[in-house]
Amino acid sequence: MSAVTVRCRINHDDVEVTVAPTRRLSDVLRMELGLTGTKIGCDAGDCGACTVLIDGRQCCACLVAAAQVQGASVVTVEGLHNGAAVTVLGELQRSFARHGAAQCGICTPGMLMAASELIARNARPSEAEVMDALGGVLCRCTGYRKIVEAVLDLGSVAVPIAPAAGAAVGARLVRTDAAAKLTGQERFGADQAPADALWLRAVRSPHARARFTIGSLDALHRSFPGLVRVFTASDVPGANRFGIYPTLKDQPVFAEGCARFRGEAIAALVGDRATILALGDRELPIAWEPLPFLAGIDAALSPGADAVHAGVPDNVLVRGRVVSGDVDQALAAAPVVVEGSWSTSFVEHAYIEPEAGYARRVGDRVEVFTCTQTPYMARDEIAAILGILPGAVRIVPSAVGGGFGGKLDLSIQPLLAVATWHLNRPVRGVYHRPESMASTTKRHPAVMRARLGADADGRLVGFEFTGDFNTGAYASWGPTVASRVPIHAHGPYHVPNARCLTRAIYTNDVPAGAFRGFGVPQAAIAHEALMDDAADKLGLDPLEFRRLNALRAGQRTTCGQLLEHSAGLGECLDRLRPRWRALRAEADTINRANDGSRRRGVGIGCMWYGIGNTSLANPSTMRVTLGRDGRVTLYNGAVDIGQGSYTIMAQICADALGVPVSSIDQVTGDTDLTEDAGKTSASRQTFVSGRAAALAGEDLRRQILRLANAGPRAQLVLEGPVVSVTDGGGVRRIELARLAADEQGNVLVGHGTFDPPTRPLDADGQGVPYATYGFAAQIAAVEVDVELGTVKPLCIVAAHDVGRAVNPTLVEGQIHGGIAQGIGLALMEEYLPGKTENLHDYLIPTFGDVPAIEVILVEDPEPLGPYGAKGIGEPALIPTAPAILGAIRHATGARIVQLPALPHRVLAAIQAVSRRPQ
Amino acid sequence: MGRFLRPSALDDALRALAAGRWTVLAGGTDHYPARVVEQPDEDVLDITRIAGLGGVVDAGDHWRIGALATWSEIAAAMPHPIFRGLQLAAREVGGAQIQNRATIAGNLCNASPAADGVPPLMTLDAQVELASAAGLRCLPLDRFIRGNRQTDRRGDELVTAIRVPKPGQDARSTFLKLGARRYLVISIVMVAGVIEIEPRGRIAAARIAVGACSAVARRLVGLEADLTGRMVDATSARLVSPAHLDGLAPIDDARGSAAYRREASLVLVRRCVAELADAAQERAA
Repeated sequence: MSAVTVRCRINHDDVEVTVAPTRRLSDVLRMELGLTGTKIGCDAGDCGACTVLIDGRQCCACLVAAAQVQGASVVTVEGLHNGAAVTVLGELQRSFARHGAAQCGICTPGMLMAASELIARNARPSEAEVMDALGGVLCRCTGYRKIVEAVLDLGSVAVPIAPAAGAAVGARLVRTDAAAKLTGQERFGADQAPADALWLRAVRSPHARARFTIGSLDALHRSFPGLVRVFTASDVPGANRFGIYPTLKDQPVFAEGCARFRGEAIAALVGDRATILALGDRELPIAWEPLPFLAGIDAALSPGADAVHAGVPDNVLVRGRVVSGDVDQALAAAPVVVEGSWSTSFVEHAYIEPEAGYARRVGDRVEVFTCTQTPYMARDEIAAILGILPGAVRIVPSAVGGGFGGKLDLSIQPLLAVATWHLNRPVRGVYHRPESMASTTKRHPAVMRARLGADADGRLVGFEFTGDFNTGAYASWGPTVASRVPIHAHGPYHVPNARCLTRAIYTNDVPAGAFRGFGVPQAAIAHEALMDDAADKLGLDPLEFRRLNALRAGQRTTCGQLLEHSAGLGECLDRLRPRWRALRAEADTINRANDGSRRRGVGIGCMWYGIGNTSLANPSTMRVTLGRDGRVTLYNGAVDIGQGSYTIMAQICADALGVPVSSIDQVTGDTDLTEDAGKTSASRQTFVSGRAAALAGEDLRRQILRLANAGPRAQLVLEGPVVSVTDGGGVRRIELARLAADEQGNVLVGHGTFDPPTRPLDADGQGVPYATYGFAAQIAAVEVDVELGTVKPLCIVAAHDVGRAVNPTLVEGQIHGGIAQGIGLALMEEYLPGKTENLHDYLIPTFGDVPAIEVILVEDPEPLGPYGAKGIGEPALIPTAPAILGAIRHATGARIVQLPALPHRVLAAIQAVSRRPQ
Repeated sequence: MGRFLRPSALDDALRALAAGRWTVLAGGTDHYPARVVEQPDEDVLDITRIAGLGGVVDAGDHWRIGALATWSEIAAAMPHPIFRGLQLAAREVGGAQIQNRATIAGNLCNASPAADGVPPLMTLDAQVELASAAGLRCLPLDRFIRGNRQTDRRGDELVTAIRVPKPGQDARSTFLKLGARRYLVISIVMVAGVIEIEPRGRIAAARIAVGACSAVARRLVGLEADLTGRMVDATSARLVSPAHLDGLAPIDDARGSAAYRREASLVLVRRCVAELADAAQERAA
């Protein structure tokens, strides 16, 4: 298409740009004008991340032809702080910062633009008006509530929080990266690459299982001179295998002759961008031979089923097992026994940032700039794929636009690395949304059966659980799910006799991997439904029944582990009790007064969650330096994927060192510069890396105090190249310029390493799988339309034992976001390969689907954690779905056993109750 | 190599359409989502600069809604309460970003079975005005949309307006949408309704349409006939029977089962009629 010259105003400047007239405005803004603050999440108007103002109206820039802005005025996030309305818009950004309304920041530009359209015509909007105006932008991190608060709070005067030395932990500090996220300056995976980078796109299997052959490429190269090279399995210089576990690397970078799932990469095209984007799959000489495939667990376990992998004839990848006491006898003798079975679906992470990045070869090394939750593991895996030493690979994490476990596995990185290794030129790529959804991991679908027994007083005596988890075509995190679930499957209760068995099953579905909770959210649906059933049979209040059985310090888990500290479920339930009683009473009153089509219900869900890896070492190391110039720098490898670890580590380190947090500079997550702080997964960063940051700060402090010959309570003051140490009445001044410095100019370096103490599990799952556990309970109030089966959450009250809230705003943000994902899991999210590979067929909660959330922070300190803190990321999500399902049941009597509780399933369950004899 | 044309005169557009095959582009909200994975090489005719294709005008016995009227414009102001249902639907088409760009004609030409605009326009007895170099023609909406993603528009024609006849009586309308989330949701079922009421409360005309339960949204003519001539009151909704929905042909898909759609549409049709009856009685009171 011949280019046209478009003349328009962009961010208040006259701009002229010559481009193909139907190119998306979003692409022109980013690729031609360098305005990468406008983000691309779907290219289909489904997510709103690319929202800009055109002549004052919010629009998805991905749906606008470049030629259509001829003569128009376009404002992007970069224009929010240099325009006429600078005070109002600066205020909007400040309010977002103050309220923690930006987490990963990928949706933030879209949110700001939508909000700025609203406040330009309505400076004091109502909550409903905010929701309607911003409802077209999806967020996967925040749960929306803090964004609503931020827009509603516009204009209020707030004093910035600047804690003094020693007071950072516990402060509602604005996140250190807030300004970058609120101005469009943050660099995500797709936002940065060398100007001469070639473009890469993967070629993927359209079949769940198929043999393929790739014919001669000569004609293709003749037709597309801009195509530089096509890479396939034979181009992988090292091992064409990757995977989480050293002994289970079963996933190829490129499939070798046979694809095992729809969306698997078989080749990569590299060339100039226009050529690669125009080169459709139909042009490629690929002969496909579709084969019968195994969809779902039943197919894979049926007698005579084909083996997905030759070495695993029964398709059982791995088994998990925890056995204690004698559950058969306990259940046989129990006066109350309840049982049930449940199934759940694939759930997509639906981070708004698709996988992206670039790689370049630097001599005999490769550098990869990419969105990842696990730079160090990615480094080691890419080294193996390239057949080089780990030290020859450098991973530079971009800002991560949401992860939730989905950016732990490799995705685009090995494709980029292989291409740049051969071509010796930078290569970049970005997944499109359907590709991201089809090819990357999901939450495991589960098929679960469970039985629970209680004595006449309501004490649990036994729990039996079997769960099969569909791990898809490759192992990924299947073994983690299989080992973590049996430990947690009976819930956060004291159970003397238990047998919990799991299997991870290979199928020809998309690989299932890590997703916020590693199978525990699925298992919680089962144990909490049985807790409601048992309470019902015993005639006990559901909350009081849980309180009676809540695990507490001094008790042993089913793994035989003695809980010594920080088991705050009882306090969570005690704090919830007044709200529980009030909400239940209110629901009963409303239901009695109303015999119509809508009924209220209130349910409760409890959970526990082991923080860190299961019985595996997962150390973190932090380094903090004092430069000759007096600057303190924390080398922080705990990748911030939006949850706030760059802020949390600074708060912890500052207090450990005894200086204001504002004096801590950071170098973050670069495998050449920072120490290995492990993966951002398993809710481990605050607990594990946080402890390492505290140790590093303490180490540096000790060294300073030693130089000053001062006692442990001395106060430090950083005054440029001089450190003043005040101890009692005396002041010692340390002139840093007089000290010997290392090559980087550092005069002192503090180190901290922490690996949470665990013990291996024996064949019966006995041992110490985790050093500490998070505990929580949540209440959900819902309204069910009993004629349509629709469920509307009305409020969630969440009580979480976090040990210590290092930054309460960030903790609340995790809880809000976890609840939103829990609502999605409960009510709408169902990934169907080949059917819901976009964000309009695959539904995640929108602004209108997350109700008011009340957060109660319980701080039962964990002595191993930094200042008593433990993790929150995954615990936030786990109780929500059980609470909602309990609320549906309270409202209607309906038991939901297949998730999500889509309207047609809820209606069928309600009708099943009314058909049942009373 | 595709061509691109952005004329400012309708005649130029029609001449181009007469001479070749063009993909018509307006708000882009259905065009671009269909081009995420691959971009076809195509000739694109952008009609957004053509004068006279926007706005709503009173044309005597009918209103003329310009093809390029956006859902935001429709939601903001319409000339008669009979459009309330259409306005409610306008607020459900995607989010505000979509409503600011997406056009009423695009919604019809895209011909999705779940198009939010179709049931309300059917209950307004809307006619689709098509222009070509050969002249104008008008088609009732249910003849314009012929099937899933199929319309009667010839390649040389452009939809230029939607015509809505003025009601002979006082009229009330509504729109009910059922989806699995609050915003940005494709309907599982939707129902639109209009009743025209004589001064003494008799239903002069009733038009009820159900969307997302057949390849093209359908009017429930049996129900309409049963409602017509009756006095509107609190019992009006009881007239609705499952047999009235016999013409629907719902399918199973990721959003819901066929059986569920059948049940839910009955519930929504009853609620629609009840709401219209309430509105009519409020008017009388």
